[in-house]
Amino acid sequence: MRNILTSKNILITAILLAFFAATQFAISQAILPPFFTLNLMLICIYIILSVSLNLINGFTGQFSIGHAGFMSVGAYFSAIITVKLAPKIAPLIPLADPKPVLLLIGLILGAIIAGLTGFLIGLPTLRLKGDYLAIATLGFGEIVRIVFLNSDYLGRASGLIVPKSASWPWFFFIMVISVIIIKNFVTSTHGRACISIRENEIAAEAMGINTTRYKVMAFSIGALFAGLAGGLYANYMFIIQPMTFGFLKSFDILVMVVLGGMGSITGSIVGAIMMTFISAALADYPQWRLVITAVLLVVMMLFRPQGLLGNKELSLNFLGKKGGRNGAA
Amino acid sequence: MEVFIQQLINGLSVGSIYALIALGYTMVYGIIRLINFAHGDVFMVGAYIGFYATTSLGLGFIPALLLAMVLSAVLGVTIERIAYKPLRNHPRIAALITAIGVSLFLEYGGMLIVSPKVRTFPAVFSDTKYHIGGIVFKFGDVAMIITAVVLMVVLQFIVHYTKTGKAMRAVSFDYQAAMLMGINVNNTISATFAIGSALAGAAGILIGVYYNSIDPLMGIIPGMKAFVAAVLGGIGIIPGAMVGGLFLGLVEAFVSWAGYSTWRDAVTFAILIIVLIVKPSGLFGKNIREKV
Repeated sequence: MRNILTSKNILITAILLAFFAATQFAISQAILPPFFTLNLMLICIYIILSVSLNLINGFTGQFSIGHAGFMSVGAYFSAIITVKLAPKIAPLIPLADPKPVLLLIGLILGAIIAGLTGFLIGLPTLRLKGDYLAIATLGFGEIVRIVFLNSDYLGRASGLIVPKSASWPWFFFIMVISVIIIKNFVTSTHGRACISIRENEIAAEAMGINTTRYKVMAFSIGALFAGLAGGLYANYMFIIQPMTFGFLKSFDILVMVVLGGMGSITGSIVGAIMMTFISAALADYPQWRLVITAVLLVVMMLFRPQGLLGNKELSLNFLGKKGGRNGAA
Repeated sequence: MEVFIQQLINGLSVGSIYALIALGYTMVYGIIRLINFAHGDVFMVGAYIGFYATTSLGLGFIPALLLAMVLSAVLGVTIERIAYKPLRNHPRIAALITAIGVSLFLEYGGMLIVSPKVRTFPAVFSDTKYHIGGIVFKFGDVAMIITAVVLMVVLQFIVHYTKTGKAMRAVSFDYQAAMLMGINVNNTISATFAIGSALAGAAGILIGVYYNSIDPLMGIIPGMKAFVAAVLGGIGIIPGAMVGGLFLGLVEAFVSWAGYSTWRDAVTFAILIIVLIVKPSGLFGKNIREKV
């Protein structure tokens, strides 16, 4: 067992808790304007999405552009629990206010079903390489959208109305927990196997790594967290529609990952924060937002194809403390 | 039976357009192994050029078609030179991401320039209908299929009987060896983009005429379907793209006829995933052994 109580970890925890306390206070006292609060929540959602996509695209070296598909699976299934099945489940919960429990069940169920979908989709499609996989995932994302679009139970194109039950602590802690889990996965034996697939699949296979197993594993875990993010999104945004989860959403997430650096968790976090800020800043000029995103993507690829951070991590090691062996923040 | 033949004609009309777009995908993929995501948007630009050529300039169908093809070719080459050429020696994923970026840029840049509203494409064909034994042939359908066939024949001629075509085949066969044989690889790749984009531009006008309406996002779905067609026929193989396009058009026509028109796109993508899983090299493709 490594000692997890290093000074670095304590410092990070302290910073996170301080940040949480400050934001929670500001939100509960309504000091922050609602637009700002909304964007804080969106940042958390996009961090989960981009870090989980990075696990697939950056660390395992696959190329998925259907992440919004998994997000929508999570969103719709959590909404089924918190909206459709709520009258049946709520009386079974022996609490005065069953909403948080419902939300928790919904989020977990949505995430698990998204993960299972990822498993089922990944099993056949991950035999494909590079661009073929990209197109297959894109096609999958579209199929999911069309299925929801044709479902009477889920409200077809007009979507579902979901009461707002997720609040800032949910967003913040789920985001932190997701990032920690993915980070630990990446630095574990399994994670190293995934990275070896990215570096050279044939060599990895020759070294005895079951490449299919690890590819599917990374893909399912990525899908699971995308579903979790989708569940959070559904339970805050008031309404979910199939249109929201089109391939533009997948591209948005992809841009965050590429911008931050494929293979860098902190990079994805930076990418998610940056892109959300850019979108927020351009909220009054929605027609410019995507043009700027597109130009950013092309220019980034031409001049710094490895992304802002490449596959390095931002860390607190520069503070001169006894940092962790892995040097990752 | 009559309805059946009617659907067959519809399927062939739309399918010939998919085939025209798919040709561009397949040629570009054959030569530089890149899925040119922006191809569907070149098709959209072609439709807009056709729209302005017929409305503002008052050109007829043929001059508008030629103008759209030339300008689309210029656009295609520009995209290739600016966005793809610098990345030729990078990992392929970098070029793929750039292609997505270019595609978004054309879609939303186009929206800024021509406004997002849907426009009605002027009727450039006469309304003449031919009745043959209860089946109605619209002049437009016939003209569309003929245009597509003529363009494909011209393409086959270029690819097989001209020096550029020979160079294209050589580069797609072996990039390095072609370079050593003194073929100007850069120009050949640009020529491929030019031809592929010209075909997409032509398809843009044809679909504008067929559906009577155009908008800046019209390229996304046909672009993806054309890609499916290219994969179905075996990507990199020109006759494969033609057959794939026609097949997809027919499938769509019959799925709509069966009353599942809202599921049409899902069926297309399901076909894609099935093809990729069962025979990734496509109908006309040969299996290539992976080399270490």
